[in-house]
Amino acid sequence: MKHMWRRAVPYLLSAALHLSAAGRWGGELRFAIDSDPKTFNPLLVTEQSSGIVRYLTGGMLIRWNHATQAMDPELAQSWRVSPDGREIRFELRPEARFSDGSPVTAQDAAFTFRTLLDPKTPSPDADAFRAGGQQVNVEALGDRVLLLKFPQPIAGVERLFGSIAIVSQRALDTAPDPARMPTAGPFHVAQYQPGAEIVLARNPYYWKTAEGRRLPYLDGVRLKIRQDRSLEVNSLLNGELDLIDSVDPKAFARLAKAGGVRAIDAGPSLDSEQLWFNQNPAAPLADYRKAWFHSQAFRQAVSLAIHRDDMARLVYDSHAQPAAGIVPDSNHAWTNPALKPPPFDLAAAQKLLASAGYRQEGGELKDPNHHPVEFSIITNSGSATRERLAVMLQQDLARIGVRVRLITLDFPSLIERLTRTFDYEACLLGMVNDDLDPNSQMNVWLSSGPNHPWYPVEKAPATPWEAEIDRLMLQQSHETKTALRKKAFDRVQEIVAQQAPVIFLVGKHSLCAYGPRVGNASPSPFFPQTFWNIDQLYIRADHP
Amino acid sequence: MRQPAKVAAAIGISALAAASFGAAWIRPAGYAAQFREAPTLAPCARFPLGTDELGRDLLARTLYGMRLSFVLAGSAALVSSAIAGLAGVATGVFGTTFEQVLEIGSNLLMSLPWLFLLLLVRALMPLEMPAEASVVVTFLLLALLGWAPAARVTGAAARSLRHSGFTLRARAEGAGSWRLIRHQLWPNLRPLIVSQFLILLPGFILSEATLSFLGLGVGEPLPSWGGLLRDLEDYSAVAEQPWRVAPLVLMFLTVACLQSLASENARRKV
Repeated sequence: MKHMWRRAVPYLLSAALHLSAAGRWGGELRFAIDSDPKTFNPLLVTEQSSGIVRYLTGGMLIRWNHATQAMDPELAQSWRVSPDGREIRFELRPEARFSDGSPVTAQDAAFTFRTLLDPKTPSPDADAFRAGGQQVNVEALGDRVLLLKFPQPIAGVERLFGSIAIVSQRALDTAPDPARMPTAGPFHVAQYQPGAEIVLARNPYYWKTAEGRRLPYLDGVRLKIRQDRSLEVNSLLNGELDLIDSVDPKAFARLAKAGGVRAIDAGPSLDSEQLWFNQNPAAPLADYRKAWFHSQAFRQAVSLAIHRDDMARLVYDSHAQPAAGIVPDSNHAWTNPALKPPPFDLAAAQKLLASAGYRQEGGELKDPNHHPVEFSIITNSGSATRERLAVMLQQDLARIGVRVRLITLDFPSLIERLTRTFDYEACLLGMVNDDLDPNSQMNVWLSSGPNHPWYPVEKAPATPWEAEIDRLMLQQSHETKTALRKKAFDRVQEIVAQQAPVIFLVGKHSLCAYGPRVGNASPSPFFPQTFWNIDQLYIRADHP
Repeated sequence: MRQPAKVAAAIGISALAAASFGAAWIRPAGYAAQFREAPTLAPCARFPLGTDELGRDLLARTLYGMRLSFVLAGSAALVSSAIAGLAGVATGVFGTTFEQVLEIGSNLLMSLPWLFLLLLVRALMPLEMPAEASVVVTFLLLALLGWAPAARVTGAAARSLRHSGFTLRARAEGAGSWRLIRHQLWPNLRPLIVSQFLILLPGFILSEATLSFLGLGVGEPLPSWGGLLRDLEDYSAVAEQPWRVAPLVLMFLTVACLQSLASENARRKV
């Protein structure tokens, strides 16, 4: 009996969870987007508003599940990657339909990928498929099987399919207006008023079901186009909107105190704030200053003198955490658990500096050639949080005798200095990432990368450790075995932590909020935080 | 009615100026010290205006910000009114030709997109330049761009002086340019230039506030009224912490006092 209960508990729990997830049918969800979508063509998406429309309307073969951090079957009921990583085969589910009732076939999927990979289609998603610059072979085997053959293995190839919405060949041929095009996702575009709103209506043929009926629970989604997002909090509080993503910590505190609204700290996001020193040998800086920035001991000492806990507590109202490195804890698959955020340790910082020949003289740090250590940090103007971080850095580094000047620049001027003139000493900026896979960071960590922060587009790796990072990043990008990729990327994270070419400060949490009407919300730290499970969201009966 | 308003404005501005210039004595810890154990405090005996998110004394930041505004906006207004005064005197002495040059010059200056120019200058500033120096450069630029409207006023006044009976008589009696400037133009233009200074000063104070509010004026950790006003963007926080409007109230009082003095001064001249 006892054993029976033990066996029954998981089932009962599962049933209870299922019951709690059962939704109410009908109603409309409302939230805001920043701007008009630049395109409704899911293959040409380059900015967030179009990406949101694609997320809500597009039917993907497989989709990334925020809760499990794994790919879920969608239009494809199963898929298989060949052992050599050069081939992926999808089997489409027979019940998959576009919003006009026509079936989603392997021909549609093949048409989508051929269009995507056509050089005439300026699709930002295509490059990732064209590894090595060679053509991908796309084949439809009957109505239900799609086969893609790659010229060389692509590591983590499955994730690439999470953002490709299958388009209907017949619909594109007959009605080439992508806004009116039938879609295979939970919704389709029903109405669009430029500058005002986009109304999405449910796809009556969506393949997913609950309680014997076709999902989504919602009849529609109304996307209000609002360039000024500062009003969103009020709109949520007065019931005009149902949810907000990316809430800033101050507004979050206000929402947390408000009745009815649920403000959620969904945990560490993929966004971080960091400081780096200019290590470009061609930078128009004095040689002795370049020597500071090239010194591992100097960079490590600066890192140890920064009070990251205070930054997270004061600037982000504790909705951030000291950053350990490239990958936050929330990225379960790729974080290196051995790495911890550098401690705030002034004694260790001073010891490191002393070992490198630096000395304190009257509260001022002098380098081995008696130059006082002072440098400027540039950052973008208009960001109150970043300015506060910079002011805290200034006070922290003053404790080890380093004098810091803060310079805020408008964004174009900042980018000009970082990428063209290299006329800067240190820079404080954030890194925004929406992909968990290390391949999305190739342009940052490869020494030849255009976004390699401390010395972009190196002709050859300037240091042995950069050469090692290059080797490991390339190795993981061609490796198909996840464990081996992880091992290589763990080592990259270790090297970055040891060499500190980028000093990670804090990892920001993902803050969001939703109103009392929304049922089944399960916010995630990753984009889109509140509506990643849009087909499961519903409007509660007590708040119609 | 006019005199009491002027007296009240003069007393008000003197009190505000005295408080700002006594900032180092009133708040010896300074504007940059971070008391990280005491962030976002309500007013208390230790911090009469509370603290900001980093635990910095808001009274100290308000007073130092006010001092910065007085010194820099005052200097910019002084430079602008000096240029305007010189332009007026030159119009009075050199006549129509200079007047035309002045008109073209002031038209050009007033057509310049000054915000864009300011961005450009900030982008070109060397990184070694201390924050204080970059603020001085910003205000100098504002001064060099802001004199045109005042110069038009002084130019028009100088033109009417040039054709006035007493100037014509002085010329007929053989007065040279220098004598004309000393005895006819300067004494008559001086009150107008003082008026222009009083009009320009609040304008520059508001310009600083606007630039800093946009993050393009006085940079951290230096305090400024515009920088302090940025905290009011989240008005819900203001409802919870009403003392945070203190910099706004002080700025309003300062500008109101200066405007009052300027209009009283202008009325007297009329």
